[in-house]
Amino acid sequence: MTMIFGVPLAVFMGQLMLGLINGAFYALLSLGLAVIFGLLKIINFAHGAQYMLGAFAALLGLQYLGINYWLALLLVPLVVGALGVVIERTLLRRIAHLDHLYGLLLTYGLALIFEGALINFFGVSGSSYPVPEALQGGLNLGFMFLPTYRGWVLVAALVVCLGTWFMIERTRLGAYLRAGTENPALMQAFGVNVPLLITLTYGFGVALAAFAGVLAAPLYPVSPTMGSSLLIVVFAVVVIGGMGSILGAVLTGLGMGLIEGLTKVYYPEAANTVIFLVMVVVLMLRPAGLFGKEA
Amino acid sequence: MATTHSLTPAMQRQRNARLRRSALYLALLAIALVAPFVAYPVFLMKVLCFALFACAFNLLLGFAGLLSFGHAAFLATGGYFTGIMLASYPGLTPELGILIGTSAAVVLGTLFGVVAIRRQGIYFAMVTLALAQMMFFFFVQAPFTGGEDGLHGVPRGELFGLISLADNLNMYYFVLAVFVIGFALIQRTVHSPFGQVLKAIRENEPRAVSLGYNVDAYKLVAFIISAGLAGLAGSTKTVVFQLASLTDAHWHMSGEVILMTLLGGVGTLFGPVVGAGLVVSLQTQLAQSPLGNWVSVILGAIFVICVLSFRSGIVGEIQKMVRKNFK
Repeated sequence: MTMIFGVPLAVFMGQLMLGLINGAFYALLSLGLAVIFGLLKIINFAHGAQYMLGAFAALLGLQYLGINYWLALLLVPLVVGALGVVIERTLLRRIAHLDHLYGLLLTYGLALIFEGALINFFGVSGSSYPVPEALQGGLNLGFMFLPTYRGWVLVAALVVCLGTWFMIERTRLGAYLRAGTENPALMQAFGVNVPLLITLTYGFGVALAAFAGVLAAPLYPVSPTMGSSLLIVVFAVVVIGGMGSILGAVLTGLGMGLIEGLTKVYYPEAANTVIFLVMVVVLMLRPAGLFGKEA
Repeated sequence: MATTHSLTPAMQRQRNARLRRSALYLALLAIALVAPFVAYPVFLMKVLCFALFACAFNLLLGFAGLLSFGHAAFLATGGYFTGIMLASYPGLTPELGILIGTSAAVVLGTLFGVVAIRRQGIYFAMVTLALAQMMFFFFVQAPFTGGEDGLHGVPRGELFGLISLADNLNMYYFVLAVFVIGFALIQRTVHSPFGQVLKAIRENEPRAVSLGYNVDAYKLVAFIISAGLAGLAGSTKTVVFQLASLTDAHWHMSGEVILMTLLGGVGTLFGPVVGAGLVVSLQTQLAQSPLGNWVSVILGAIFVICVLSFRSGIVGEIQKMVRKNFK
């Protein structure tokens, strides 16, 4: 059997694959955070809760309304995104003129509300969401066994990330978004409806989180607290990558997932903390983050 | 100046204000001294510990403009170190145990501070949150913290080897003394030239830099003081409740201290005390009521309301009212 530094190849690749899957979620979530931050200048602390709402919406939709996985993948981001639009219109807009730390605190409060309410109804233990039939089973790649669903998650996450990149960097709407990030007042003077743009941006960021939630539902136990611990790691990822570039966020997310996977192989005790340690090192060497512009 | 007896009106006003403040402090101290005969001392001690914790946090947010989302790490570090020392060395007196816990928090605060002050604003909050989460995982895995169960049966011991703290009343006055010392330190820090520079940094950091202040050094010292006092609160809390647990290290605790400060009034000296009193009372009351499961939802709702329409907090609003009506 082939060994890599004393670890069987299959185990090594398996952990690397798990790391890459985690990394795909880091990428999706940090992408949403970065998009929201770009225009609203706030950190959306409710991002983890919205990811969790996505997973729950998929689960409840399946149980009570018979909405299958594929439909959920389409509908849930729309529904949760609409909730985001409502949050932006009714709450975030009122504090947009204040110090942006208030946005963090407000969304933190929202996260507590969502999480607390769902814990009351469903408890903290997770439920499982069945893997859709078309994606059951796996592929034998020769050197490792790849469950089809994991492969699908990786592909879907990458496609969505690249699609977002394309939309922001290559379309007219994206040009508005980037211009709004630079100078919203001037944009408004040119006749662009900036408040609408802000609302849609927040809604889109939230929809991305919900999409990640639906993707995650068949992989991880669906529980009310699934988002919050993930979000803190994503914060560290965002600090490491900096929120300046979309591709930077995606690359950092995947990279950190891989590093986490590798740590799990060679020094499992540190698997939970390695990303935070990387963050410390990056802050000491390159405070603006790997892809960040000096603020 | 020493020979001039006539005071300008401005000096007179300042003097009056100082007198009024001293009178207020004395009155509050008197209330605190008789409080254990009216209310349950253990509850009061809990309030005092959290009040000190919130005051320490407020030193950073209210006076230096730094939002730390990781203060739970210092509370827990203080608590765990004090707990471990007191539990493993029976001869150790509680004040030494608390000193060790506080020192541990100071060391951790220095390490975190050096890393965290490299970023500003929202990034600062995220960095401190991530660092605190790292400590949380450390406490979960470390062999000496008792993992999920926490440390139990920490002896209260005898203060200076003389006064038994097993008695709740003795314990209360000791906690009150700790709180007063911590509060006085914060009061002095805020009103010192050092505190003035902190405020300048809060209001306009680039300007403070251009005036020649070593902004990073000021922030770091403020961070260390704040971390140390948070550790002091955690250490004292461990002695009072005779346990140290992961609850203190969880990021919800970092959120709770923000809520206490926000509710009471960011940047006011007494705001965090009022906020801590309210939040602790609310939690205690709710825990016994049918709404017990809704605590986090209710706290979240208070958060949202505070941010939307009550940003000065209770003490801040009172100060505004006083200023409007009595000047």
